[in-house]
Amino acid sequence: MSAKKFTGAEIVIHSLHKENTEFVFGYPGGAVLNIYDAIFQLKKFKHVLVRHEQAAVHAADAYSRSTGKVGVALVTSGPGATNAVTGIATAHMDSIPMVIISGQVPTHAIGQDAFQECDTVGITRPCVKHNFLVKKIEDIAPTIKKAFHIARSGRPGPVVVDIPKDITAEESVFEYPSEIELRSYHPVEKGHQGQITKALELLISSKKPMVYTGGGVVLGDASEELTKLIKKLGFPVTSTLMGLGGFPANEKQFLGMLGMHGTYEANMAMQDCDVLIAIGSRFDDRVIGNPDHFLSKPRKIIHIDIDPASISKRVKIDVPIVGNVKSVLEDMNEIYSTLEKNHDKKIQSDWMKTIDEWKAKKSLSYKNSDEVIKPQYVVEELHKVTNGEAFITSDVGQHQMWAAQYYPFNKPRRWLNSGGLGTMGVGLPYAMGAQLAHPEAQVACITGEASIQMCIQELSTCKQFHLPVKIINLNNRYMGMVRQWQEFFYGNRYAESYMDALPDFVKLAESYGHIGLQIEKPSEVTDALKEAFSKKNKERLVFLDFLTDQTENVYPMVPNGKGLSQMILSEDL
Amino acid sequence: MRHIISLLMENEAGALSRVAGLFSARGYNIESLTVAPTEDSSLSRMTIVTSGSDEIIEQIIKQLNKLIDVVKVLDLNDGKHIERELMLVKVKASHQYREEMKRISDIFRGRIIDVSDNTFTIEITGSSTKLDAYLDSLDKSAIVETVRTGASGIGRGDRILKI
Repeated sequence: MSAKKFTGAEIVIHSLHKENTEFVFGYPGGAVLNIYDAIFQLKKFKHVLVRHEQAAVHAADAYSRSTGKVGVALVTSGPGATNAVTGIATAHMDSIPMVIISGQVPTHAIGQDAFQECDTVGITRPCVKHNFLVKKIEDIAPTIKKAFHIARSGRPGPVVVDIPKDITAEESVFEYPSEIELRSYHPVEKGHQGQITKALELLISSKKPMVYTGGGVVLGDASEELTKLIKKLGFPVTSTLMGLGGFPANEKQFLGMLGMHGTYEANMAMQDCDVLIAIGSRFDDRVIGNPDHFLSKPRKIIHIDIDPASISKRVKIDVPIVGNVKSVLEDMNEIYSTLEKNHDKKIQSDWMKTIDEWKAKKSLSYKNSDEVIKPQYVVEELHKVTNGEAFITSDVGQHQMWAAQYYPFNKPRRWLNSGGLGTMGVGLPYAMGAQLAHPEAQVACITGEASIQMCIQELSTCKQFHLPVKIINLNNRYMGMVRQWQEFFYGNRYAESYMDALPDFVKLAESYGHIGLQIEKPSEVTDALKEAFSKKNKERLVFLDFLTDQTENVYPMVPNGKGLSQMILSEDL
Repeated sequence: MRHIISLLMENEAGALSRVAGLFSARGYNIESLTVAPTEDSSLSRMTIVTSGSDEIIEQIIKQLNKLIDVVKVLDLNDGKHIERELMLVKVKASHQYREEMKRISDIFRGRIIDVSDNTFTIEITGSSTKLDAYLDSLDKSAIVETVRTGASGIGRGDRILKI
């Protein structure tokens, strides 16, 4: 008897199933009809129908960010693929492991300018970790295997698998490879022991040590190892926007976020330290400000990163350690126990005093008001109402910074936002992905009236899939961050940053079958939040439209091109 | 500084554009780029001539290594190496210039591989600087057409780029 034959579409579904795929976020279309038919018949996972392909990729991305598993999206050829590009680039910039399956026109039509044809592999090449065009049915299973392997190993990232329609209809045997060998791809796992020892010796002998952690700690599931090491060392820690939650914010050693909108103490300590250890972070422009200013202060820099290309890319590194952050930190914990006896913490006590003085500036304080709702206050109240345990997604702009500053995270994978690409519109689809992955958890999307409109159609998806996310719309009737820059650097010329003709968000939410509430007074903020998260509304999406102070700015701020210690503070004004 | 980077990559559609795309996306220079399959038909070997500071060259090598299709990368300038480029030049060679054209070509060990009433086509190999020197030695108005392959390079002695 000959082996059982499967269609290419069935092979796609079985391959995804072999990778333990729980959810596929997608949108059907001509080139993926065979695959959708196989989804319908085989029922191997839950398909989440979005309203725009961009949201499919964002939701799959959030599923990954909040669980650590590979997110999967499925889109059709042509516009399906081009709509997915923003989502793919967003995931790529933040190193999120994802597999995106795109339909392609039949192999014989490729290059003929066929209906809904585009060069998906060509278009996505600069914004993926890798991509494939599958040309034969026999290659489908091994290619999907490779895609998952590449997506989740090394420095993670999105992988696109483009599959022409004709081969999804052909038949072949199915065998999912258990192992895959890529001769050109061997990510380093273990850090160099000599370098690790050298790094520790440098750290314990320093007078002004500083720890700067990034998204790599979260992505590498290294929070526990990091926390253990840092508590033993007793050093101050700051995190990038992407790294928040990697080290518990309620620990005394945590100085808050650093960078353009980082705290005074974090930025000053970064600038002034004599030994800096960067862990899973990449010295990007929003983090260190002007690199020349940053380097004007001599200090030794240790850098742990899984990607060798991240090391000495923007800043020259003295002690590079290439490896998986978790594994390197495990080794550091072990080696430190042998060096601990040489660690005289007294030499660092002056430094701790200096940091306490910086902290005393209370750079995140703001003037609350009885008249108008301050956005910072809403975020603080949200933190109280959710006990700091919610999954928080944000869009991009002022509200994103306030969320990062005023909602401290004690656990990793709770804070989902587009750090690298800065994609407005991610907030709602991120909340969908997080809610599906954690059905019992509280999920809130902190957004603004400009960002939320970029993927507002997903309110419909939330209705269909009963996703009770809570939308915290900090509505100041401006593209706030654009307005802030125009105020500071463009002589108050508010070019196109005013959001005119806004919809009635309450009615809009209601028309999608959700609950909408508008809050105008500071005294109503807490009750509205409690209402949204009440037992009664546990199953409901609640859209809270907070009318906030129109001219509130985000402080501290390191102006573009300035150094980290050249912050504008709210008290300066 | 000018560097010659050799690399082995999967002989697959799209691999070349990944490398070319990397250089344009990150703003690196490409002076020349040549690529052809090796004796192992699953692999292509590429030679890229680029220039930049030590830091930029280090980044180029790291970024190339990061491409999944790239199997191995070698900066030939890290050691002794040989560089050759092939050029075909069509020059004016009407009656009164024929002898002189032949003489200059001989000096550079060029070979005349095609002759017409008014032109010679000369094949010449050597380092890129030698080819430049040959062109410089000609009267600009005598050059009808040139085509160069871009440099290929190989390490000397035991320096081998192989998997």
